[in-house]
Amino acid sequence: MAWFNRKEQGITTPTTEKKETPDGLWYKCPECKYLTPSSEHKYYAYTCISCGYHERIGSQEYFEILFDEEQFTELDTNMYSADPLQFVDSKPYPKRIATTMDNSGLKDAVRCAYGKMNGIDITVACMDFGFIGGSMGSVVGEKIARAIEYALQHKTPLIIISRSGGARMQEAGYSLMQLAKTSAKLALLAEAKVPYISLMTDPTTGGVSASYAMLGDFNTAEPKALIGFAGPRVIRETIGKDLPKGFQTSEYLLEHGFLDFIVERKNLKAKYTALLKMLK
Amino acid sequence: MNLDFEQPIIELEQKLALMKSQLGANDNQNPAISTAIKTLEDEILKLKKETYQNLTRWQKVQLSRHPDRPYTLDYIENICDEFIELHGDRNFSDDLAMVGGLGTIEGKSIMFVGQQKGRNTKQRQLRNFGMANPEGYRKALRLMKIAEKFNKPIVTLIDTPGAFPGIEAEQRGQAEAIARNIQEMFKLKVPVICIIIGEGASGGALGIAVGDQVLMLENAWYSVISPENCSAILWRTWDYKEQAAQALKLTAQDMLGFKLIDGIIPEPLGGAHTDPLSAYQAVKQAILQTIDNLEKISPQERISQRIDKFDNMGVVNE
Repeated sequence: MAWFNRKEQGITTPTTEKKETPDGLWYKCPECKYLTPSSEHKYYAYTCISCGYHERIGSQEYFEILFDEEQFTELDTNMYSADPLQFVDSKPYPKRIATTMDNSGLKDAVRCAYGKMNGIDITVACMDFGFIGGSMGSVVGEKIARAIEYALQHKTPLIIISRSGGARMQEAGYSLMQLAKTSAKLALLAEAKVPYISLMTDPTTGGVSASYAMLGDFNTAEPKALIGFAGPRVIRETIGKDLPKGFQTSEYLLEHGFLDFIVERKNLKAKYTALLKMLK
Repeated sequence: MNLDFEQPIIELEQKLALMKSQLGANDNQNPAISTAIKTLEDEILKLKKETYQNLTRWQKVQLSRHPDRPYTLDYIENICDEFIELHGDRNFSDDLAMVGGLGTIEGKSIMFVGQQKGRNTKQRQLRNFGMANPEGYRKALRLMKIAEKFNKPIVTLIDTPGAFPGIEAEQRGQAEAIARNIQEMFKLKVPVICIIIGEGASGGALGIAVGDQVLMLENAWYSVISPENCSAILWRTWDYKEQAAQALKLTAQDMLGFKLIDGIIPEPLGGAHTDPLSAYQAVKQAILQTIDNLEKISPQERISQRIDKFDNMGVVNE
């Protein structure tokens, strides 16, 4: 009999005497349940060291991953949503915005910044899924347009990190036109031969995929991200059939010719640096 | 087919028809009878005006989908002296939900592109309910590039419940095809006029709707999503489509008020289908007039105005 065998059956420690593990010390992978110390999880760019699962992170984390010494200057930090349609569904749109602002600590679904990546000047626009599903309304469109403008003025390569369910319904027609606005700005950037790398992360669908996300000189994605125009539920309902396994994943898009490459997040900075250096 | 809100008008029209059918040979001379008919006719006109000038947003959506409403090829065939349809995207296939070709109006050559719906079950299937696949958008772009090459203005006619959401559409890059069109349309050196003639749903509409002048027919709608799908997402049921239509502010009048479109083409009282000939005439005049105005501007100036116009769309606080 091994020395560590439990002699008594059942746990006898009363609940009141149990010691709680402080929150945030460990990360448990939702895919494979593997436990990693949080510091290590951050070191691996918020990906699971066991199964490679990419946690859905936000702009702050991406900025820290990409910019040297986590140093960057944010653009248009004070811009927030208006309510041009006086839109009301289950609650008025301004109320929804205010609640989301409070809960997320964000002003809207994108943040833009410039700084250095391994010494190269870059401009980055990064979406936050935590703000109404990363939906694109006037603020997202305008901030991305201005980030493109900044990249154009300063001739810095542009990286847009997409993570969005699509256009924001509460701004209806205005949201739709943000597809046009951002695509127009990217046309000007392309004309000036300033490189643009699009990074699609989980998920990138709807109006975002049908505009700037697909218009990169280089279209790239994180592994296993959901990427598509229509969401899987809509497609399933339309055709009345189950969808093939792996449908609309990064790997599927790569196979069908819509991505240049898939990049693991922990290699993101090095790979983008190498790519941009080759264009110099 | 009649829509529910048209019922009172239909009843009066039936009454009038009955009255006229019962007229005897000499009744025309009877002033009392002709006055009665005149009164009833006036009443019908008044009721029509009241009804159609005060339609709710959902009622306009219903009109925009009226099964008798003229579709893209109806307009093209009726306003062009000659039309040669051009097919295929040169890569995959010929998408019948997206049509196009060269036509002439009063001697002027124009490239037409637009979504096409079908009128009966077989046609609807063939045209995929006006929902294009990626090859449709690529076909549209190919034709627009041909127009640019030969310096011909482009007219796009938009009438779609959305780009097709299917497995093959995703496989062949629906998102990329639409994004590419939107971007490329900004760079076209020739005048581009876009007219929403029925339904203008989301990216599927915008994929051929970036132009120097974007016009809407009076009873068309244009928005980021259809009222039904908006209802399904926000209220988790299709039952709130009327509220959704109201909230989306998707009519031509709304869109013009927001400066998201450039003009409205009036329809005959009761909608384009009640008097298609005058609808064709109105669209034809709008096309000729708009091309005339746009051709006075240099290509570079047109492109920069086109970009500036869309760049100014959006309302934010800061």
